[in-house]
Amino acid sequence: MSTKNIEELEKEFQAKIDADIKIEPNDWMPEAYRKTLMRQISQHAHSEIVGMLPEGNWITRAPSLKRKAVLLAKVQDEAGHGLYLYSAAETLGLDRESSIDDLHSGKAKYSSIFNYPTLSWADMGTIGWLVDGAAIMNQVPLCRCSYGPYARAMVRVCKEESFHQRQGFEIVSLLANGTPEQKQMVQDSLNRFWWPSLMMFGPNDDNSPNSAQSVKWKIKRMSNDELRQQFIDVTVPQAEMVGLTIPDKDLKWNEATGHYDFGAINWEEFNQVIQGNGPCNKDRIDARRNAKENGAWVREAANAFAEKRKKKELTH
Amino acid sequence: MTTQEAFYNYIVRLGDDSLILGQRISEWCGHGPILEEDIALTNIALDLIGQTTNLFELAVQIEGKGKDVDQLAFLRLEKEYTNLLLVEQPNVDFGYTIVRQFFFDVFRKLTFEALCQSSDEKLAAIAEKSLKEIKYHLKHSSEWVIRLGDGTEESHTRVQAAVNTLWKFTNELFYQDEVDQKVIELGLGVDTSLFKEAWQLHVEKVFTEATLTIPANTWQHEGGRKGTHTEHLGYLLSEMQYMQRAYQNMEW
Repeated sequence: MSTKNIEELEKEFQAKIDADIKIEPNDWMPEAYRKTLMRQISQHAHSEIVGMLPEGNWITRAPSLKRKAVLLAKVQDEAGHGLYLYSAAETLGLDRESSIDDLHSGKAKYSSIFNYPTLSWADMGTIGWLVDGAAIMNQVPLCRCSYGPYARAMVRVCKEESFHQRQGFEIVSLLANGTPEQKQMVQDSLNRFWWPSLMMFGPNDDNSPNSAQSVKWKIKRMSNDELRQQFIDVTVPQAEMVGLTIPDKDLKWNEATGHYDFGAINWEEFNQVIQGNGPCNKDRIDARRNAKENGAWVREAANAFAEKRKKKELTH
Repeated sequence: MTTQEAFYNYIVRLGDDSLILGQRISEWCGHGPILEEDIALTNIALDLIGQTTNLFELAVQIEGKGKDVDQLAFLRLEKEYTNLLLVEQPNVDFGYTIVRQFFFDVFRKLTFEALCQSSDEKLAAIAEKSLKEIKYHLKHSSEWVIRLGDGTEESHTRVQAAVNTLWKFTNELFYQDEVDQKVIELGLGVDTSLFKEAWQLHVEKVFTEATLTIPANTWQHEGGRKGTHTEHLGYLLSEMQYMQRAYQNMEW
């Protein structure tokens, strides 16, 4: 086997990417590519797991048996997404345990949206409609991501997310057409979740340091601002359809660009939430940490039991 | 008590058991000891809520007053819920949750196996469908009882404590009154006394493997079937009923 120098390897690697050939776990890849993916996939996995909490908050108070069942199924799907994303990260050499420790220590990030509280039942609709809607915008391009295991995980995730999005919009639309109390509940929910949903796409392109390289590697296939604009263009007519008002006085259709113009995003708030100062950052991480600590004895017992069984099998 | 009333009450009891246990289990969602268990517990909660829905649909048909399942599920007074005391007990920790589930699963499996022969076709169909889920639940809870019982010293102590606390609610599983007599006579419901021994044997078998013991004090509590509950149910209901009570007569 001939030894190739790094430069040649990188050239071959980029050629594969340019030819849309998927990179698989055992293929050579630049360290920076591996690191970027590990960061992105584990962040995504953490977002699924932390994302269980704001919705889990309403399972015990769901207003009907049907809604309770649907919400349980949805949160269960999110746990499933977390599982296969952690598995995708493991193919890059990042084990689940240390990844989770990074989440708990604050080293690893997750989507800032989950640091906002769920204050009413309408939030279960809004989250499905806006948050899952935004997630789909982000994730559909990732089904064509250059890294095989991530792209394949995304295909499955996106199918379920689009189901969640429809369910969310169904709740929103039902409430928007409901009693005055219900209308007020859902409008209030939209008011609270609109701007944080726009922030889900990340900083503006000129403030997004990792974007250019990620686009070149086809880890990212559309820029933050492009995705955000696409989300707004799709969502505004949906709000109009059910008679809800988007809380942005600068929002208006621009004939010339064929897009909606929208108001300034409060990036100071975004940065504060990312840095841990959002309304629920501490609650979310505490909940995850408590789950881990309170479950330590269970995991130890399962391991000890498995060891005992192994020994038993060996002596028989 | 007419046959119709007895059968209605009988179905509501079966549905209340899964409703209240499903509500309890769903409190775990997002807080499980490992991600796989989060998924498993959520799945069990989902199955139990599904069983409740099917049973309540049948109940409101039998009653014939045009109620919907959510009125039955969410808008009764505490004393009108007729679930077993066992299922309303708090989660405490994963050990309690598993032991509670295990006692219930063994009982539910025996009950629903027998209900597959109910003279009411709809109930028999619900039983058959639910049985597949219940068998999985029982496998899951049995495996964990064994793992925790025969795991570490700490897990053994914890799960034995759960057994000691929850044992006093197990006799009520076999509670029978005029409701049961009526439905048994007509072949609609099942005579649980016929499988009380099977229940005990099953529990003992799993406990032997788990190195757990049945407590010596056998004083037993009952009251759930008549609407006399433990203090825990009121809190569970105030949370569960919140939306339906605060926003009345609305579609969700």
